[in-house]
Amino acid sequence: MSLLELTGIAHAFFGRTVLDRIALTVGRGEVLCLLGPSGSGKSTVAHIAAGLIEPTEGRVTRHYARHAMVFQDPRLMPWATVARNIGLPLRLARTPRRDRAGLCRAAAIRAGLLPEDLGKFPVELSGGMRQRTAIARALVGDPDFVYFDEPFTALDVALKRRMQDLVIAAAADGRFGALFITHDLMEAIRIGHRILVLDRHGHGIVGARQIPGQPGGRSDEECFTLRQQMLQDDPLFAHVHDIDERARP
Amino acid sequence: MMLAAGLDRLARLGRFLWSGWAGLAGLCLLAAAWQAGHEAYGDFILPAPLATLAAAAQLIGDGTARDLLILTIGRALQGFALCALIGTVAGVIAGYSPATLRLSRPILTVVLGVPPIAWIVLAMIWFGGSDTTVVVTILVSAAPVVFVGAVEGVVTRDRGLDQMAQVFGAGPVRRFATVAARQIAAHLMPALVLALGNSFKVAVMAELLANAGGIGGALARSRAMLDIAQALAWVSLAVAALIVVEYGLIRPIKAELERWRDAATPWGVKR
Repeated sequence: MSLLELTGIAHAFFGRTVLDRIALTVGRGEVLCLLGPSGSGKSTVAHIAAGLIEPTEGRVTRHYARHAMVFQDPRLMPWATVARNIGLPLRLARTPRRDRAGLCRAAAIRAGLLPEDLGKFPVELSGGMRQRTAIARALVGDPDFVYFDEPFTALDVALKRRMQDLVIAAAADGRFGALFITHDLMEAIRIGHRILVLDRHGHGIVGARQIPGQPGGRSDEECFTLRQQMLQDDPLFAHVHDIDERARP
Repeated sequence: MMLAAGLDRLARLGRFLWSGWAGLAGLCLLAAAWQAGHEAYGDFILPAPLATLAAAAQLIGDGTARDLLILTIGRALQGFALCALIGTVAGVIAGYSPATLRLSRPILTVVLGVPPIAWIVLAMIWFGGSDTTVVVTILVSAAPVVFVGAVEGVVTRDRGLDQMAQVFGAGPVRRFATVAARQIAAHLMPALVLALGNSFKVAVMAELLANAGGIGGALARSRAMLDIAQALAWVSLAVAALIVVEYGLIRPIKAELERWRDAATPWGVKR
């Protein structure tokens, strides 16, 4: 039974086709990584799947109750404290007020924040802490599905690793399926169960690869060897690290 | 948690009151320049600041000022409340609807281009020397500022936050309430401060020209009697009234809304 199913998705911005013939399914408890070079329209896929963008063609079927999203930038409300930012999904879901504080606190601690950070404003936090807050906000409502839209691209390497570990741990608790958008093959190998590669120009999914082992269970050497193998021997990944910085996302 | 928030608020209030000394120092500088002008040009052209204060105190003391002040402040606040309400609502609507915005831009230019004095003349013809004349003049001259503030707030809002709220299940109304309203308020507050100052100025001016009583009426009388000390006393009373309303009403709201900005300012800038 799949959680999310996209069939025949196409999308055009101002008459320019950015996506065509996209089909994918995400199973229960699965973390699916969607990999593609910058400008291939992979963020648009996530936004269409999450219902933020109406596709010009195709169908999105969601078999889950509640979803959440971690964006590339943290997208915190600058006027609200960390606690209120994390609590937003609860407020929107009309969770009783007395339960909110406890849930916020638990989600914050799960995302590696300290209780004393809850009263701070986003301007008082570092970039990594802000992204932790965004992750806590995504997890607080106990979603069945989480979209990750290149969430760690702006972070430095060490921080990125810790955030990835955070996602791996949260996903291993097994309560949600996820669509993880990234252009970093190493990140996909560390986090995902399965990798889909998007065509360079958004014209369909070029191929899929199952990653051996479980996320979190793969050692650094295994991940690194796998990455080298994929990049050198697998034609599917030939264009993954191509960059066209003039292409619009 | 509640206690900490209360303490934080108290600390901010204390800092705010303490910053009053700086304001007072600035006013004293102004008074010094005024005193210099007085000594250069004499009592008839420019009475001394202390004499003006004494005249103002006397006006308050013998009770003549109270009713006139209440009348003028009432009119100014009535006009301000109306222009805040209408300007905000219209601005938010125009901000969300590009077609309305495009239609309202030229109207706005025309309305802003007409000098307030012309509105006073028109309002006098329509409504005579009544409260309505003053209130309508304030409304027409101050509402465009509020309107523009609200429009700016809507169009410059962070659309990423809108998307974020949408992902977490907020419909259009809740998106407005949770995410957009605060961003609009940030643009609206400076416009409201400006509109409030405008309301008082226009109220006094309209009263003077329409002979509608209040501080403006009293000013007209002082002018007729060439009583400079009294005229200056009325002016300082009008300014004092504005300061009381602005710092008692608008600034606290603004400070409450911008608490997060305060958190980001470095210590040296804060005090």
